[in-house]
Formats: sequence, structure tokens, C-alpha cells
Amino acid sequence: MKLELSRVIQGGARLGVLQGVGRTGQHSLKVPGCLLYTHFGTVPHLTQDTLQTVNNLPSVTQVTLSNIAEHQEVLEEFKEGFKTFAGLHNTVLYCSLHDPATRSPTGYATNKTVSVWGSGGRIELTASKFMALLKTVKPDWYQSMADGETWQTNTSRKRIRKSVDRTLAYLDECLLVHQKSQDLDGVELFGVVEGGDVMEERVRSARETAKRPVAGFCFDGLQTGSVDPALRTQLITSMTKELPEDKPRLLQGVGRPDEVLACVEAGVDLFEGFFPFQVTERGCALCFNYDVSPDPERAVLELNEEKHSAGDNVQPKGDLNCEDQTQMTSFEMNLKDKRYQDDFKSLVEGCGCYCCKNHQRAYLHHLLVTNELLAGVLLMIHNMTHYQNFFSAVREALATDKINLLKKRVNGEARNT
Amino acid sequence: MAAAVEPSPLTLRIVAECPVTKARACDLTLPHCTVNTPVFMPVGTQGTLKGITVDQLESLGCQICLGNTYHLGMRPGPDLIVKANGLHGFMNWKRNLLTDSGGFQMVSLVELSEVTEEGVNFKSPYDGKEILLSPEKSISIQNSLGSDIMMQLDDVVSSTVKGPRVEEAMHRSIRWLDRCIAANKNPDKQNLFAIIQGGLDAELRKACLKEMTQRDVSGFAIGGLSGGEEKNDFWRMVTLSTDHLPQEKPRYLMGVGYAVDLVVCVALGCDMFDCVFPTRTARFGSALVPWGSLQVKQKQYAKDFLPIDPDCHCPTCKRHSRAYLHALFKSDTAAMHHVTVHNIAYQLSLMRSVRQSIVEGRFPEFIRAFMKRMFPSRDDYPGWAVDALASVNVTLD
Repeated sequence: MKLELSRVIQGGARLGVLQGVGRTGQHSLKVPGCLLYTHFGTVPHLTQDTLQTVNNLPSVTQVTLSNIAEHQEVLEEFKEGFKTFAGLHNTVLYCSLHDPATRSPTGYATNKTVSVWGSGGRIELTASKFMALLKTVKPDWYQSMADGETWQTNTSRKRIRKSVDRTLAYLDECLLVHQKSQDLDGVELFGVVEGGDVMEERVRSARETAKRPVAGFCFDGLQTGSVDPALRTQLITSMTKELPEDKPRLLQGVGRPDEVLACVEAGVDLFEGFFPFQVTERGCALCFNYDVSPDPERAVLELNEEKHSAGDNVQPKGDLNCEDQTQMTSFEMNLKDKRYQDDFKSLVEGCGCYCCKNHQRAYLHHLLVTNELLAGVLLMIHNMTHYQNFFSAVREALATDKINLLKKRVNGEARNT
Repeated sequence: MAAAVEPSPLTLRIVAECPVTKARACDLTLPHCTVNTPVFMPVGTQGTLKGITVDQLESLGCQICLGNTYHLGMRPGPDLIVKANGLHGFMNWKRNLLTDSGGFQMVSLVELSEVTEEGVNFKSPYDGKEILLSPEKSISIQNSLGSDIMMQLDDVVSSTVKGPRVEEAMHRSIRWLDRCIAANKNPDKQNLFAIIQGGLDAELRKACLKEMTQRDVSGFAIGGLSGGEEKNDFWRMVTLSTDHLPQEKPRYLMGVGYAVDLVVCVALGCDMFDCVFPTRTARFGSALVPWGSLQVKQKQYAKDFLPIDPDCHCPTCKRHSRAYLHALFKSDTAAMHHVTVHNIAYQLSLMRSVRQSIVEGRFPEFIRAFMKRMFPSRDDYPGWAVDALASVNVTLD
């Protein structure tokens, strides 16, 4: 893969296209962008028919070893790789270690192993088992094995140092196998940068990882809730200084729009697309504004909406209530709320997704109140669409110097309720 | 001056009749579209088919599905649905809807319900309030829902109950039918079906048939069956009912959905069927196939790389294997949706094949081939099915 940058903003944000993605090199991915989040190759709640109603799907599908590891035997017998097994056509497969939407427990990594949690419990992986698994999965691209168990506050410096050392050791082991395997010919490997919340360790990890022949870099241990957002961007900046400009950077575990914007500005290119799923699971619909088109009438409306919602019983924007990832954010509307019972508007005006074109808030409210499965289907479609549109807006804003206006919209703008 | 003739909200055109059995293939024209019968109607209890969008349902070829008056009457309630332009508008379903009266739920779901001449008294499970579901109230809700076919409120009695209660319920159902007919505010847009009761008593059934067929309703349902009674009694009541129902109106056998039951009851003269079974069983990983069912969650399918049914053209079978679905059940709810789509496709495809064979004059051959595929050997054929088919001149090899 080759990162072609069309714009680099001083000390930070980059705009461009990741070309030659996938074993056949046919695919591309615009950056900043996000990956298609799946459970075992399936976008949560969706079958092919419902998935295809979403127009701008990412070209890269993410699967995680936490879902896949327990099915190793089946895949080995199947022989043709995970893509074919899951009925995935015409997509690039990226394999990560953990599911970004769930927190893995800490205290299990060792010098030789990491653990993933499947439906049947903990599965321990050595580097060689990790690579064997990947050879069976046959992804187009994967992250190296990593010890990221530093996300808890008050992780000791010693522990953080260990995670950096281990991750580099795992990387070297993986690279050895990778380079020798015909099975992994044409497959890209990303190195994982660790370092907890300690600047020096972050720099060390980045510097050392950059010495290895990796196609790009994953930033681990910075997921939402693990570190103060301001510190996160500082740490990212310190890492990117050590990394080559022409290799992509993927930030793990961060999906909130405000955090995405801050991290884009710090030099992140790729994000995992799990945030729409989390919003869906709490019965909410994304509704934050990302429109930066010039429109004087809007400016007046903005002010009015701000005043109107002042009395709302809503969490303040930019709140640090990211400890609990299941908590509703200010970027979404809670459709279980009684106020939507007889609201016959579509979720978000002008959205154009299947849900907004065909259904109303009152119906979604009813589906949620009655615990109907269709709620998840429709919300997932809407939330994915909204989120993808947001990323388009990010790229558009970078291209037209409107990133500050976009930040204002996303952070300061009142909700579209 | 001749009175203006209102176009009927239901027209039945018999396309073909089986010369051997009592089966018919018809075109049932309803306000939203024409329905080809025999037809299986999937059940979308709360204004949705669980996990399936209306587009998916339409793509599968569904022309009519069910909504439940009891559930929707409670949540979100008839007033809201009126504001949403009826149940069609609320769920955005452009084809036909049939709503039941709420009577069955009264008996099956609600613990302390009490039947009087007025209606069914019960306590709302949501707020504990006392509610009376009368014929008038049921029709009023159904008028608000705007379904193409409404069912009368009947006095529902379990088919395993014997004695005077059955006769009482039968007579009351007739009286309630008259009240339902009188209460229908939209007779030119919404059809009302009567429900034949009488339990497993031939005389009571005949008495009910005699009375109800004198009423001006668009169609007749055969009720009070499919509730745990012996299959031997079941089919005899079905065939007795169709013997006494008019040819030119549709016959709806309520609560029947197993493949064998469908095929046999079509032979006995039924046109329409509904059942939660195919969609409910799907969510438990049970896929319906021409040779029975396949429990996808079972270990034996973990490494089975065939689709559920290699001959099935549904979206699930075109893309996914049993092994993938088996694994997916551990990871995501979409596994349920895949099997639901398949099961609906199976049911609709079965009925299409049944209809085609009637139209082409080879229904008895179809039945024989169907039974052969479904059961490992002749000894496994259910006795009641053999008898029922024999009663309409079909002998199984």
C-alpha cells in the first residue's frame, strides 16, 4: 500500500488516499477515514441486503481475533481464508487483535503471550499461534501482536515499559514468520506503538517500531476513557514526530467525533468504525452537525437553537464522561425518550439513509420501547451513514481549510432535535 | 336510479381448482395489491417482522402479513397509529395487512382475563389498568390500524376444552360477529372475516357454519384449532368446515404453519394461513428445509460448508454456509435475521410451488413428491396426514 498525501497541515493533519490496498492492490481508502467495523465479518445487525442500503461503505473490513480465534479449527479445515468463509466479496480484510467496542481485561499478557476473549472464554496466543491463526484467516492486512494492557489509570511506569518491550519483541517474532511465509505474500503488517500515558515510552516505542519494516503504525493504549483527550493528542504528536510521513497511522479505540477531530489534527489517518455500533446499542441515533457549507441563514438558526437547548437536561459538550463507553454522548439523540413518541420527522433531516427515507422517529421509538430487533437494524444503518458522512466532511474540511469551522459545528453546535 | 355500487374491498377469482382434492388457486384482490393463494402470511406482531425490513419482506415476495391488535392496541395505541396514517403508514408497508382481533392473546397471554357477554375483561400488563376488549373496541382499534382484513372478536376457547363452555363460546361468537359487522366504520376499505368456532364437535361446528355463512362478510376463518388438539380431530374439523363454506369466499385457517399441515390443509380446501412458528424458530437457529429442519447451532454444522439448502435461492443461501451461520450465532444477532429471511423464503416458496402445481393440474403428484422428500420412509408419514389426504382422494405411495 502507498500513502499519497495531497495535503499536510503544519505539524499535524494529513489528507490523502491510501492506494494499492489489498493483496491485489485494487482498493483504495481515503484518509482520514475509518474502517468497517464487524463482528466476525458481519456488520452488527445487518445482512447483505440491509448493508447495501448504506452508500459510502469503507473499502476495508475489520475483523478481530477475539471473534475469530475460537474458530481456528473450522477455518483450517475450510482452507480458503476468512473472506471466502464469511461471504465477503470485493473488500479488503484488516485483522486486529481486539474488538475496539469492548474492553479486554488486564493482567493476562506475559512475555510470550497475549490473550483474547471469545464467546467461550480466554484464548492465549503465542506469537507463533498468532501467526498461524493469521495464515488461516488470510487477511490483506493485520496488526502485529501487542501488549496493550496499559489502558487502566495508574498503570505503573514499569508495566508500561514492559508493554513497549514486549510489543517490540512480539513484532520481531511476527516479522520473522511474516517474511518467511509464502501464505502472507502481499499482506501488509502494521507495527503497534505502545507507551501508556508516558511520553518517553511513547517516543521510544514509536522510534523503535519505525526501525522495523512495517507498512504502517497502530497506536494502542489510547482508547476513549483510558487517557485525558488533551494528553492523548500530545502523546500522538510525540509519536508521529518519530514516524515516517509516508506511512499511515491507525488509532485504535477512539471513535467519538470530537476526539476523532482532535486526533486527525495530531496526525492520525485511520480510525476503527465501532462508534456507530455503540450508539446503536444504547438505542440512540447520531445527529450531530458536520455541515460546513456556507449558509447565512444557518448562522441565525444556530444561535436560536443554542438558546433553546440551554435548559436541556443534557450532558455538556466535551465532557470527560468517557469512562463509561455506554454513556450517551452529546452527539446523539435518545430515541427511547418520550418526546419522540409522536414525532413524525425522520431521524435527521437531509440524511438520506434507508432509515431516514422510510421511517420516522415515532416508529423507532416504538421499536425501542417494545424491544424489537428491527430497531438495531435501522439504527445501525442510520448511524453508519451519519458517521461515514462525517468522515467525508472531515476530508472536505481539510481540503478547503474549514477544519476549525467543522470543529465548531461538531463541538459547539446544538443537536438537531 | 340505480344505487352506486361500491367497489368491494375484496374480490376472489378462482384461477384453478384441483379436480382431485378440494384445493384451489385464487387471486385475492385486496385494497393494497393482489394476493396469490394459497398463501402463507408471516406474522409481524408489533408492527414489524422481527429483524426484517419492509423492503426485505417485499423482495421475498410477501403480499400480505399480520399485525396484532392486542399488542398494537397497547403500544403504541390506536390514536398514535391514526396520526401515522394507519399501520401501513406507521411501519411503511405498502402491501396488505391482516389484523387479528386480540381475542387469542386475551386467552393465551393474559392470565386473569374474564369473558362476559360484553367482552373480555383483563388487566393491562403494562400499567395494571382494567380493560375491556369488546367486539366494538376491537373493531375500533382495527379501524384505526386500517388493515385490509380485520378479524371478528371471537370467544376463544382452547381446543382441549370440552363441555358446555364450547357451545356457549360458539353462540357468543355469532353474536359478537354481528356486533363486529355493525361496528365496522370502513366497510368499503376494510374487510371483515368471521371466525368459525365449535371446538372439536361436528354438530357445533355445523351450527356455527350455518349461522355465520348467512352473514355478509368478505371471508371466513376456521378458528379454535391448531391449539394442541389431536391431529386426527384437527383435520376432520378443517375439512368439515370447508365443506360448508362458500366457494366464492376465501378460507383462512388460523395458526397453521408447519409445512406438512399447510400442504394437507390446502388439499382440504383452505386458502390462507398464518403462524409465528417459521419466524420464531428461525431466531433459535432452526432453518426450515424440504426434508424437515436443520438446527444450525448444533455442533455438527460447525464445519458444514454447504448453504442451508443448496437449492434455495434466498439471499442467505446464496451467500452463506451453515458453518458461517453456526459461528455467527456466537457473535451477532444478524445470524437470526439470516435464518428468518431463509425461513420466510422457504414458506413463501412452498406456497408458490403448491399454487403452481394446482394451476398446472398436478397437485396430487406434488403432494406425493413433497411427502417423499420430507420423510425418510413411508412408515414415517404421519397417520393423520395419510388419512386426511385419502379423504380427498390422494393416496400416498
